[in-house]
Amino acid sequence: MTEHVATNETILVVGGGISGMTAALEAAETGKNVVLVEKNPALGGRTSQLYRYFPKLCHPTCGLEINLRRLKGNPRVRVLTLAEVSGIEGSTGNYTVSVKVKPRYVNENCTACGECERAVETMVDDPFNYNLGQHKAAFLPNAMAYPQRFVLDPSIIGTPDADKAKAACKYGAIDLDMKEETIEVKAGAVIWATGWQPYDAAKIQPYGYGRYKNVITSVEFERLSDIHGPTGGKILRPSDGKEAKNVAFIQCAGSRDENHLRHCSRICCMASLKQTHYVREKFPDGGKSTIYYIDIRAIDRFEDFYQKVQADPTVTFIKSKVAKVTEDENGNPVCHGVDTEGYKRYTTAHDLVVLAVGMEPSVKGINIPGHIASDSSGFIEADPANGAVFGAGCATNALDVNRAVQSATAAALRAIQVVNKVAKAEA
Amino acid sequence: MSANTAVAEKYRNNFLKEIEEQVEMGDWVKMCMQCGVCSGSCPTNFQSAWDHPPQELFMMIRAGKREEVLTSSSMWNCTSCYNCIVRCPRKIPITHIMHGLAEYAHRIGMAPKMQATRFFSGLFWKNATHTGRVNELKLSLGLYFKDGFVQGVKNGMAMQSVALGLVKAGRLNVLELFGGHKCKDQKGIHAMLAKAYEIERVRKAAKMAG
Repeated sequence: MTEHVATNETILVVGGGISGMTAALEAAETGKNVVLVEKNPALGGRTSQLYRYFPKLCHPTCGLEINLRRLKGNPRVRVLTLAEVSGIEGSTGNYTVSVKVKPRYVNENCTACGECERAVETMVDDPFNYNLGQHKAAFLPNAMAYPQRFVLDPSIIGTPDADKAKAACKYGAIDLDMKEETIEVKAGAVIWATGWQPYDAAKIQPYGYGRYKNVITSVEFERLSDIHGPTGGKILRPSDGKEAKNVAFIQCAGSRDENHLRHCSRICCMASLKQTHYVREKFPDGGKSTIYYIDIRAIDRFEDFYQKVQADPTVTFIKSKVAKVTEDENGNPVCHGVDTEGYKRYTTAHDLVVLAVGMEPSVKGINIPGHIASDSSGFIEADPANGAVFGAGCATNALDVNRAVQSATAAALRAIQVVNKVAKAEA
Repeated sequence: MSANTAVAEKYRNNFLKEIEEQVEMGDWVKMCMQCGVCSGSCPTNFQSAWDHPPQELFMMIRAGKREEVLTSSSMWNCTSCYNCIVRCPRKIPITHIMHGLAEYAHRIGMAPKMQATRFFSGLFWKNATHTGRVNELKLSLGLYFKDGFVQGVKNGMAMQSVALGLVKAGRLNVLELFGGHKCKDQKGIHAMLAKAYEIERVRKAAKMAG
């Protein structure tokens, strides 16, 4: 699968989330050859880890399905999974990119029948569920995984478990001799769509993430709500598995904070407003949400979404940045602070605290091969010095899915212009 | 014209500007986004002891509530624990601003006269600069008798067991009431302080005029 021909009229897309997939497809559908590099074993990125999208509250499987169908029907996109870019050489119209491809230990013969998963006994952490649960060391990355093919965790290679998996496979799909390889890809332009990562909530010391089990992040809350998640879609708190009916959402957990992330992550207010719907949906009787906020930023045209949540009697808004979280003797997280509307102190216990964590660009702190200009938060900026390396999606700014798709389409157009020029010069 | 009326005239209707120019670190006040994390992090129970938590004071400054802010006892209650500075998402030096506000209110004669922290600060300064050493016995007696003789005796009686404990442990010498220990070169200390007063007087006069 790593065998292919790429030329300097090829567009390389780094990152196979919603932005990278969009950019790859938009470019391929205009007739360009595209190589799509994804470091995880399956495409979809953080979008596929959501339970629902705002504002329509539909499931992300819907949007992904459309993109995956476009992808399957388009021979111009070559997808490399478990692959990371390790170096970029050259200049506009003429790049040589080194890509490190990790072994999957499963080849194209895989039919995703699941026999290897049943045979293997070792359990490993499940990063798709933010390590809230574990899965077998032979696994399908997620229900919607593309490619729809199993993966063996490298930790079992050389153990009897790997042999069990191999023996269980009826299709000869398991190849334990696969090795890590580095391949070189030619490209005229590069689209950098490596997305974002949730800010490390443990760094926000007063909120106790990592110390108190019932303080979780917003992305973890998405997995708890999802039927494919570790609790089968029940909102159960981690400490004792009790139903978390009284949920607190703490906004700006990391964002708009000079000590953490300087920028407003833009999506978190909408995400928490959306998540109050999950609480009401799962607990029609007695579900209760409390949003602690500095000010609600329902970006773009979503003010009506905010107003509907405001009208919901099960949701309380408290204008206050929580000062600290403690834990009472029943394991309930307790929020402490001052309500700035009336300057009253509060000490309020909840079943579960959800930190609406900010978006940190994935490129921050990572040495992007080649020169890339970035802003004070680490997001890629449009800069002539970047040559034909174009940022797309959340690698360029804190964006929701809708805006990430727009950003990716714009990046695709810029890349297409570059390879068109190359084609003209060579004709 | 008193110092107060002079500045009030100068900054008519622009209290924020007055704070920015006159109060140490005052130019940070406009950066506050009213999140409330400073008040929530304050270890003093401001609801019984204070009128206004920090972010309320900052909002009052922006709202031009000059009289209420400068005569408030709130900034005098700051214990300099620095919780607010550590947690402020805008990195506003809140502790310094609280002390800056207190100093300014004192400078122009607006600070509450008998506010305990202010009274104690004055007492401590007089005590320490007099001989170059703090006379702890005189200092605590001065504070006990702040609100009159009867109250002073009551305070002394209430603290009796603590005082006896200190005497037994050799931490308090009753003979300190008569003179007490001094630093060797008292003249030198006073000369140094006189020079410092002069420098400060010139600097503050320039600030008030500028």
